[in-house]
Amino acid sequence: MLQLENVTHAYDGRMVLRDVSVRITEHRVALIGANGSGKSTLARLLNGLVVPESGRVLVDGQDTRRHARAIRRRVGFVFSDADTQIIMPTVAEDVAVGLRGAGLTPAETAARVDDVLRRHGLADHRDHPAHLLSGGQKQMLALASVLVTDPDILVCDEPTTLLDLHNVRVIADTLRGLRQQVVLLTHHLEMIADFDRTLVMDGGRIVFDGAPDAAVAFYRDLMERRP
Amino acid sequence: MTALGLYVPGDTAVHRLPAGAKLAALLVAVTGLLLITDPWAALGAAAAAALLYPLCGLGARHLWRTLRPLLPFLALIAVFQTLVAGGDVAARVCGQLGAAVLLAGLVTSTTRVSAMFELFERLAGPLRVFGVRPDRVALVLAMTIRCVPLVATAWRAAREAYVARGLRRRPHRMVVPVIVNLVRSAEALGEAMSARGLD
Repeated sequence: MLQLENVTHAYDGRMVLRDVSVRITEHRVALIGANGSGKSTLARLLNGLVVPESGRVLVDGQDTRRHARAIRRRVGFVFSDADTQIIMPTVAEDVAVGLRGAGLTPAETAARVDDVLRRHGLADHRDHPAHLLSGGQKQMLALASVLVTDPDILVCDEPTTLLDLHNVRVIADTLRGLRQQVVLLTHHLEMIADFDRTLVMDGGRIVFDGAPDAAVAFYRDLMERRP
Repeated sequence: MTALGLYVPGDTAVHRLPAGAKLAALLVAVTGLLLITDPWAALGAAAAAALLYPLCGLGARHLWRTLRPLLPFLALIAVFQTLVAGGDVAARVCGQLGAAVLLAGLVTSTTRVSAMFELFERLAGPLRVFGVRPDRVALVLAMTIRCVPLVATAWRAAREAYVARGLRRRPHRMVVPVIVNLVRSAEALGEAMSARGLD
């Protein structure tokens, strides 16, 4: 379970989250909102990439302030720009790097890497240079690189922003089939139609919390009323 | 094959050799090259090194890509050595250099980057007593290679932005946007590493 308790956060004096409290227990939860609404900061709080200035963020009862390293192993994070998430030169090496320190033998690591590459349609690109993949393949690699560590929770910060419609669908299908609890930030509102819960953020606050269709309607109305 | 001329997948005997054995063989071969005094022997060594490429499943295009960046330097060295020490010395030095680069290219083309880093990690093991973490050394080396295309992308993006706005391309004007872009990329890469528990 993910829990934010009275979380407030600012960057260089600019308030981005204002006294946010929420408990996230559902399997698939979407977070939508305009640029600058605070959703990316909220996402980064969930795996300890950002520590709140005040308030607490708990992952299954563990405070991200004190257990950041352990929490990062449990909460995978996928960024919008896959290019900056790729760390190693080739596809298999990038997937394998997340398994460093996991106590696996080279053979076990190779088996885990091969399995995740096969499941995500990247087996044919195993030894290819990661930076030469297509945009969709890069994002799938970013996803595979996180999933190879088998996290309990997956936070995806606009993973389809730079993708075409076909790849949006591929990523959406992949997320739909995961056993992990998924928190998805997106501007592709059709992706969240079957999500369990949707939060709408605006001005650093959660301004709507409910079913996806009602949340999307609320968000559209909010944006249309904006001058 | 990578844009950096790195590993080319294959299953030849050379591909299967351990990285350490290949690097040791390279060391011995390059040392041997330096001992050559006959220009024809040096040129023959370069030709032999080139012939190893097809035996390792590497085509003529790969051979050319390995050799091409060296050609301007070889030309300069050939002219300089011919003027200073004569044609024999020029041929010998060019042959030695060409053979060494081709052999080094052969090792990188047939060795996975990960195998190379595991080797470096092992070689850096003794540095632990000085507080050096070998796994970090290997990771830094890997990221250095990874960042080369990032720099190329940043440069291309800056150049295209100039051209798209109808401005004349001047390399010195692109330095600032490229650096800004790279700093942003470095921050994002650092964040991604933290997110993946590699901090």
